[in-house]
Amino acid sequence: MTIRLATSETQEAVREAGRASQGPYSGQSVPRVEDSRLIRGQGQYVDDFTTSNVAYAEIVRSPLPHARIRGVDTSAAAALPGVLGVFTGHDIVIELHALLPVIAAGVPNRRQTPPQYPIAIDEAVYEGEPVAVVVADTRYGAADAAELVAVDYEPLPAVHDLDAAIVEGSGVTHADAADNIGWDVALPGEGDVDAAFAGAAVTVTQRIVQQRVCAASIECRSVLADYRDRLTVWNSSQMPHFNRMYVAEGLGLPESKVRFISPDVGGAFGSKMGPYAEDYLIPIASKLVGRPVKWTETRSENLSSTSHGRGQVFDIEAAAAADGTLLAMKIKQLVDIGAYFGRTGANPIVSVQLSGGCYRWPIIEARSIGVLTNKMWTGPYRGAGRPEATHLVERVMDLLAHELHMDPVEIRRRNFITRFPHVNNFGFTYDSGGYHGALDRALDAIDYTGFRQRQADLRARGRFLGIGVGCYVEISGFGPSWQTAADDHEIGLTESAVVRMHPSGAVSVFAGTHSHGQGHATSFAQIAADALGVALADVDVVEGDTSNTPFGHGTYGSRSTPVGGMAVYTACQRIIEKGTAIAAHLLHTSIDDVSFKGGIFTDAATGERRSIKDVTLASYNRGLPDGIEQGMEATAFFDPPNFTWPFGTHICEVEVDTHTGVTKILRYVAVDDCGNIINPMLVEGQIHGGVLQGVAQALLEEVQYSEEDGQRLGGTFLDYLVPTINEMVPTEVYHTVTPTPTNSLGVKGVGEAGTIASSVAVINAICDALEPLGVRHVEMPASPQRLWHLIHDGMPAALR
Amino acid sequence: MLLVHFLRDQLGMTGTHIGCDTSQCGACTVWLDGDAVKSCTIFAVQADGHKVTTIEGLSTGQKLHPMQQAFHDEHALQCGYCTPGFIMSAASLLKRIPHPTDEDLLHGLEGNICRCTGYVNILKAVRRAAEIASNETRDDEAEK
Repeated sequence: MTIRLATSETQEAVREAGRASQGPYSGQSVPRVEDSRLIRGQGQYVDDFTTSNVAYAEIVRSPLPHARIRGVDTSAAAALPGVLGVFTGHDIVIELHALLPVIAAGVPNRRQTPPQYPIAIDEAVYEGEPVAVVVADTRYGAADAAELVAVDYEPLPAVHDLDAAIVEGSGVTHADAADNIGWDVALPGEGDVDAAFAGAAVTVTQRIVQQRVCAASIECRSVLADYRDRLTVWNSSQMPHFNRMYVAEGLGLPESKVRFISPDVGGAFGSKMGPYAEDYLIPIASKLVGRPVKWTETRSENLSSTSHGRGQVFDIEAAAAADGTLLAMKIKQLVDIGAYFGRTGANPIVSVQLSGGCYRWPIIEARSIGVLTNKMWTGPYRGAGRPEATHLVERVMDLLAHELHMDPVEIRRRNFITRFPHVNNFGFTYDSGGYHGALDRALDAIDYTGFRQRQADLRARGRFLGIGVGCYVEISGFGPSWQTAADDHEIGLTESAVVRMHPSGAVSVFAGTHSHGQGHATSFAQIAADALGVALADVDVVEGDTSNTPFGHGTYGSRSTPVGGMAVYTACQRIIEKGTAIAAHLLHTSIDDVSFKGGIFTDAATGERRSIKDVTLASYNRGLPDGIEQGMEATAFFDPPNFTWPFGTHICEVEVDTHTGVTKILRYVAVDDCGNIINPMLVEGQIHGGVLQGVAQALLEEVQYSEEDGQRLGGTFLDYLVPTINEMVPTEVYHTVTPTPTNSLGVKGVGEAGTIASSVAVINAICDALEPLGVRHVEMPASPQRLWHLIHDGMPAALR
Repeated sequence: MLLVHFLRDQLGMTGTHIGCDTSQCGACTVWLDGDAVKSCTIFAVQADGHKVTTIEGLSTGQKLHPMQQAFHDEHALQCGYCTPGFIMSAASLLKRIPHPTDEDLLHGLEGNICRCTGYVNILKAVRRAAEIASNETRDDEAEK
């Protein structure tokens, strides 16, 4: 057996696009500079750090989804040799100055946001909620002592089913609450939706479920806190500045006295946005025992107590004319919030706001209900709202095509948005696009026409192949402050950089973003090296330490390159501006006569030149022109005018074994347009990983709960099925290149693109394969068991 | 005490990582007398008198082991957390099977989980390392 792995097409796409690069590095697959330490085992993740006299914490967690805590007996644990302290909710709350934050942006009309302490006090509302913190002088000692903490729980009924939870008079997630409604928001469309449905040739109705999944980064979360005259926290996080801001508030400390360090972080995918309960508990524990304290999550804790992704249910009605023209859609969304809002922010509503996909819809009418449940909270997971939106609309397109007896590609073509900028049904402005081009490229790559012939031939021989198309447009580059701050009490999602040229001419880039696999040490260095005309090897990128980087929001929402990269670029431009003034002085000419290119300042009149290295050295010296301070560094905050809107088409070819229900992916073509590309190799890597995460949601992954009592089932990698190399998808990666007008680099971001259309490409392909057997819709994960039942339950016994 | 905790907490050799509780993820893979083992599945005392090789000991000086080089060349790592375990597994696999088929590779590497790369470039890297190793062997034989 040889698995066919496609050769790299991304570099070719960059060449074809013919975008004049700003220098020798952008657009090139520059090898990663961060690899050197990581492949030698010299990476430094939080648990790798230690400090003298470090103690270890273990967290006692509620095993029940909902319970009253009648008492916590810590005496046996406290008596164990080596135990430094055992703290319950009552001990912790004394130290607490503020609760965990609720990020309000995008969640209008909140009905209730239950106050969240970092630890349960009298009531535990989700399985895995901290109930006590044990600190001991060894890891094993802390674990042993935690076993001895005796908690007296009175089990309470758990809210777990969304439909049941919104019925008036149903049980409640929080004992003192009136109901489980977190929000209930109408997003009315413009126009008469009922009239549109009345005049339709076809309508479809469907429930679509986005099951809960776990991000399951291979590094679990970890916190090392050292509380003395200052608080230093090593924290496995995507957003150290953001966490510092809230944890400082929580502990009643000035932000300036708190330092957060997020060093190497072993994957995140949205799940390491914070702050989490432990980000408060471990610093408090350090304060209380007077020693540095380290806590590292186990995988079991990670699956129970790190935010889950997705967890949304949609009831859809859609209408189309006989020629396939889309007329209207009605959406009712139920969002499984979990027991607390977590840091969900806007992402659940994005699922509705982008539900129109790449298409012109005269009217979309929606209602979103956020439902509190006795479960871990849901939060952003790679794609965060866009996979949900794309899965929804791309399933609807196939369902409508099926009703119209139309090819699923044809109905997409007839309804694509073709003019940009385009204002969608919910007021978002798509910056640029070429949806036909991406679709055509994908159809050509997978030989769509040829496939239909093969499919027909094989069906005649009892084999069930299917093809599934997923077209997407996503929102990235979070985000313009005018659209991302809910009110004056929140801050918009700008991003920051300090670029410092040292006297030698070497460059340090300090960025407010955070890299946990994305490769910023390489891609940001490419941007800076090109902008300043210096060698890549002379640029060093520093992220993750609040003591030396400017305030930034961190890395999520495919924002690092379009927002953070632009901050780096803008800071470089400021350096060149200052350099131009100094160069003019050195060249005895006027600023207007000096041009800058490739690291050289040139006097247009004389042709005389000064390198940026010479100018930088001079900038630290005496004899500068009046009004110019010494030094060569600049700070920039970039506030984008709009989001960016990457798009693409993914097509998947599957074969379903109707005897076993097993789905095999035969081919997978991804065409992604993320605007200009800084590093094709990194972009391909993001697509590979993203596609497999989406495919895994389609086929494998699900956080399961008992239908009877809401108890979570399973909880290790034995039963939570993250894909192994055996489930690898040999993705063929292609690109079209449509730069965004939103920023000078023309970049849109790519971190989540792979995940967005992949789950629906797989599910559409499975539905296509099983269409002759009467299967119209398949929920995720499309496990062998689920497919077997769909295939066989409706089948006459004789044929089973 | 588990071998992985002995390596990390007692010896301060933190290149070997921990990613699960149930010996699924393979982030802790090291060599025991030259064979890949998950260091979370054996006690430190079981390694007494045996030779343990971790990622820190794979390369000599600045020169990378061919598997490390291949992971870099093929962009087979992103966050880097699973990487030491993956490299130790893959390098051990090639010692046992110098000319592996893709079946050999899938079977031999199914005990290591990567959440970032989608495995595509990992497969490319291990194939490449196998190719380099077999070329080197050919060169060595030619020299003889």
